[in-house]
Order: sequence, then C-alpha cells, then structure tokens
Amino acid sequence: MTHPATAMPAISYNFAYLDEQTKRMIRRAILKAIAIPGYQVPFAGREMPMPYGWGTGGVQVTAALLGADDVLKVIDQGSDDTTNAVALRTFFETTAGVKTTSHTAEANVIQTRHRIPETPLKPGQVLVYQVPIPEPLRFLEPRETETRKLHALSDYGLIHVKLYEDIARHGHIATTYAYPATVNGHYVMDPSPIPKFDNPKMDHSPALQVFGAGREKRIYAVPPYTSVVPLDFADHPFTVQRFSQPCALCGAEGVYLDEVILDDQGGRMFVCSDTDYCAGRQAEGHTGTLSAPDAPTRADEGPKEGCS
Amino acid sequence: MYVAVKGGEDAIRNAHDLLARTRRGDPGVPEIGLDQIAEQLGLAVDRVMAEGSLYDRDLAALAIKQARGDLIEAIFLARAFRTTLPRFGTSVPVDTTAMAIRRRISATFKDLPGGQVLGPTFDYTHRLLDQGLATTAQTTVKKPAASASEPTGEEAAVASPPMPRVTDLLGDEGLIEPAPADDGTAPTDITRTPLSFPAGRPARLQALARGDEGFLLALGYSTQRGYARSHPFVGEIRFGTVEVSLPVEELGFAVPLGDITLTECQNINQFKGSATTPPQFTRGYGLVFGQSERKAMSMALVDRALRFAELGEEKTAPAQDEEFVLSHCDNVQATGFVEHLKLPHYVDFQAELELVRRMRAAHATDEAAGAPVPTQEAAE
Repeated sequence: MTHPATAMPAISYNFAYLDEQTKRMIRRAILKAIAIPGYQVPFAGREMPMPYGWGTGGVQVTAALLGADDVLKVIDQGSDDTTNAVALRTFFETTAGVKTTSHTAEANVIQTRHRIPETPLKPGQVLVYQVPIPEPLRFLEPRETETRKLHALSDYGLIHVKLYEDIARHGHIATTYAYPATVNGHYVMDPSPIPKFDNPKMDHSPALQVFGAGREKRIYAVPPYTSVVPLDFADHPFTVQRFSQPCALCGAEGVYLDEVILDDQGGRMFVCSDTDYCAGRQAEGHTGTLSAPDAPTRADEGPKEGCS
Repeated sequence: MYVAVKGGEDAIRNAHDLLARTRRGDPGVPEIGLDQIAEQLGLAVDRVMAEGSLYDRDLAALAIKQARGDLIEAIFLARAFRTTLPRFGTSVPVDTTAMAIRRRISATFKDLPGGQVLGPTFDYTHRLLDQGLATTAQTTVKKPAASASEPTGEEAAVASPPMPRVTDLLGDEGLIEPAPADDGTAPTDITRTPLSFPAGRPARLQALARGDEGFLLALGYSTQRGYARSHPFVGEIRFGTVEVSLPVEELGFAVPLGDITLTECQNINQFKGSATTPPQFTRGYGLVFGQSERKAMSMALVDRALRFAELGEEKTAPAQDEEFVLSHCDNVQATGFVEHLKLPHYVDFQAELELVRRMRAAHATDEAAGAPVPTQEAAE
C-alpha cells in the first residue's frame, strides 16, 4: 500500500494472516472438535479481511492448519475457478506463500464451499468446510440456549418431526442440501450446504473433516474413519440425487452435475460440478456429447471466446 | 457451446482495477485528503471508530476514503485491521467525571453543578440547506470570541473542574439504584471469548457499543413506542475527552497514554419498586467513541430494556430479548451474511431444481390419474 504523507506506520501481517496466539486458540478448538465428533465448539472467531458469510470460518481453520510445506486447494461449488475460490486461494498465496493446486490428489488441505470433491480423499488430507449456519436445529429452534440443551440431551425429535412432515406433505423427504447427519452415533450435524449427494462421502472418510463457521463462531469436526449417518426412516431410507444423463464434457456418470442454460429456447447441458475431476477425465481422453471434436482435451484450455 | 465458468482470476483483477478508478472518480477533481476527511467529515470518522472498535482517526479516515464513503464497509476495514493488533495491556477504567467537557446537557434538571454546555450540536439548528457551503473558496468560520464558552483542546483539559454526573447527584439521595459495584472480576471480552447466553451486562454493553447505530436506533425507538416501555429521561449526555492510562507494574503507577473522545449517555428510568426494593429510578447506560449522541442514547435505551429480568419486569418485546439483540446488532456480521447471497449457490440450487421438477411431475401424474393428493394419503 502507499502511505500518506503523515508518516503512518507500515502495516505487516503474520504467516497466514492470523497471529500465533489466535492460531493456537483455533487449534485448541479444532482438537476439542476432533475429540468430540460432531459437537459444535465455540471459538473466539476473529474479524477477517473478507466478509462474514464468505468463508471466514473456513479461512480461520485453514490459517490455523497451514504450515509452510502444505499444498492448498480451494473450491467453491466444486470449482477452483469461481470468484470466491480464486479470492481465498489468492489470500493464502499472498499471506502464507504456500503452494496451491487445483488437483484434489495433490493437496493436503482442501478448503471447500458446498461440495466434496469427486476424487476420493486419502489419509492425511484435511477437508475444511465453510459453514454458514452450523446449527442443524436452527430453523426449527432459533434460540442457541435451547439448541445447546437439545444437543446435550441428544433430543432430536424436532428434526425427525420435520422430516416426517416432509413425507406427510410430499411423500418423500424434501431436504436436498445441508442434509442433517448423525456423527459417531451421537451429535446431529449440519454438513454445511453440500448437496445430499455428497453425504455418503463423509462416512468413514480417511480424511479429517473440519467445519468452520466464522460468523457464528463454531468449529466442529469429523475425525477420519468416523460414521456419518444421514437421518432417515426405515420405510423412507436416505437416497441421493441421480442425474438422467452423463456429463456433457467428460461423460462421467454417478457424479454431481451443474445445469448450464445454453439459450432461451430451453437448451441446457449438464456438466461436472467438480471441474478438476472433469478436466482430469478429459485429459484421459473421455468425451461427452458436447465435447468439441478437435478442441484440446482439457476443459481449461478450451475455447475462450465465450468467457469475455 | 459450453460457456466455461473460467477466468475468475482475470475478472476479479479487472473488477478491482475498475473499483479503484471508480473510487477516484473524475481525475479533474482534486483527490480528497485524509486530513480533510478527519477534519470535515468528523462524525463519519467517529462512527467508523465506534463501530470499528478502533480509536484511530487517521485509519478511520483512510477506511472511509478506501470505502468510497460507505461507512459499513469502512467499519469492516477498521475491524479487519484491528483484529491483527496485539494486545499489550488493559487500561485503567476511564473516568468520565474528569472529562474535559465540550458538551454536557441534562434534560432532568434546569441547572446543575457544572452547568449546561451546549457545545457543537445540530440541535436547534434549522435544517435548511446552507448554500454558503456550496462554494469552497469563501468559506470562513467565525473565530470564537475570546469569551466563547466552548473550550477546546488543551485549554479545556486544564480548565474543566470535575463535573459530577447527574446520576451521582441523585444517588446521594438514594433516589436511583446504585451503579453495580466493581467486584474486581475482569469483565468478559467479546472479541476474545465467543458470545454465549445469557451474556451478562459487561458483554451486552460491549456488543451494544460496537453495534450498528441504525439497528440500535430502531430498537431504542421501539421501546419508546410501547414495546418494552421504560419511561426514560435523559439524565445527562456528555461529550468530551478523557485521559487513558495504562498501569505499569514495574513503575507501580499508571502512565497516561493520551486522550480519547467519548459520548456518554445516562438515562434515568422509572421503577415502581418490588417487595424488597423501594421505588427508585433505574439506569440505562450508553458510551460511544467520538461524538454520537444518537448512538449513545439508543444504546442506553436498549441497555435498560435488556435489564428487564433483574428488575422483575415482564418480557414482551424484541428490545428485551438478549439473544435477538446481541446476535443481530453487529453490522459487519449482518452485512456479510446478507451479501453472501451474491455468491454462487448453483450446487444447492441445482438440488432444489431437481426436487421441484420431480414434485411437479408427480403432481401432474396424480392430477391426470385423478388420484387423491399425496398429502392426505401419507399423513394417515
């Protein structure tokens, strides 16, 4: 920055922005969260240089976890290239100078908003979720004083009634994202607004999963190889979304797809939400119905006319 | 052809460049200086210092310039900087009795020790646009006459005798509840401990002091209109500078660090008394960095409303609801979460889209078959 003539002292920041005392406080909260899977640990969340609601919880967790040798991947909606993912990745490139990647397999810290990568995670990896509302009971009971009591008593009747009412009204459970799940047989957790399609990936994942909610000042975690069971009923078992067609660019099936509107005549296509996974498949030679015949195989080297 | 959602990096860079140019505006117009903001937009600077919880006029002026005058954005800049600062100690509580007064009014007594000092106020001005301010060249401000009553700067600091607070004068007669005694426990710090409920008055006052002026104004206003009415009188508002001192253990005494400007509002509210307490007046307290009577008064109204439980009053209104008030009074949190709706949500939206399509298809099939609506069937 440029300094005004009135000698204002230069401003400098610590590695990964937060001071070491703050990181220690956050690490203690993370350790407690790991020790009590699914329990929301209050922590003294700090103001961050990005707005509340834009990933400040995830950023604080990532800042506390990062060491100089770590390789970081940041995704938003499954993509490394959405604006907020770019902004957060740049933040850590600038403040921590760590290596970044878009390849799921190469990263050991992955910060995400709204998705879990399609490539299965490995032991040693940490998946950091950005969480807007950590409390799965919040829309049923707005008071924190009440919800903490309900968690302590494992009293999840409210949420079961909500799911039952869905079935009564619609014939099926009408929750499609942020689908609540029981962690390690005790606490019910909001898995952040990931589509319920991603819920099964959380169960017994070899990776550590840490959830950071900055505005609400809560951290919770799912340690590796821990059970994460979506709430359901014996006669209405949990199911995930299915897509009727494969990815139009890489032909992948059984992955989560984004719908892209092509024109105002009802034309649309479905493509992988996980851009790294899609690009990897295209590099391996997989094609879909709308792959350009002579285009380079990687999506990110594809035709750029449309971008500007 | 597929329009790739690529190029985020370039787009962000270009948007930042455009923002910088837009912030500067017409290059033919001289750039505004921080000294101009600090001197001539002083109340904006005060608000940024108060809600940014950072007492630094230069940085607040810089934040206002960088934020293009958007004060909540400037408050956010101040907060994000504040959070990186190390803490090296806790000052001695400031003594507002020893304030170098620039303004001091009481609505409850016509005259009182120390007198009524109007000071720089918009009160009693006629809100007519002053075209004399439209041109910059000829603007001259009347020099205060030698006997002008408004003391400024150091002169004031030296000249002001201690000015007793109205609440202390009433307290001598036992007409108002005593201020809570200092039991020596360190108050909680909401910037270092996550807020939990019940929060307690120290945490409440901290949250209100940095809370959004508009939000507190509306809540305070609601108490005047019958939502948790508490019959307030402005016992006193004072605005001026107080000295901040830091205790230094090695020296065994507190060292003055400098002066800060504060606005303090002490409300006097009715209280009918209870089985154990005779009728007496009660307190609502507001304290804000800089000059902001609107904020200090709103804070005092809300503080009093939040004390309903200890005073045995009925809980009937939003302004009394500690969790509601404290969870929503921070404008940096509020603006972030409201504005985050601008971020892409297409993964969740896709999930909803698929569900609505499926439900519409089922609905159409049912209708065609004349089947009963699934609502009744499943509810059995």
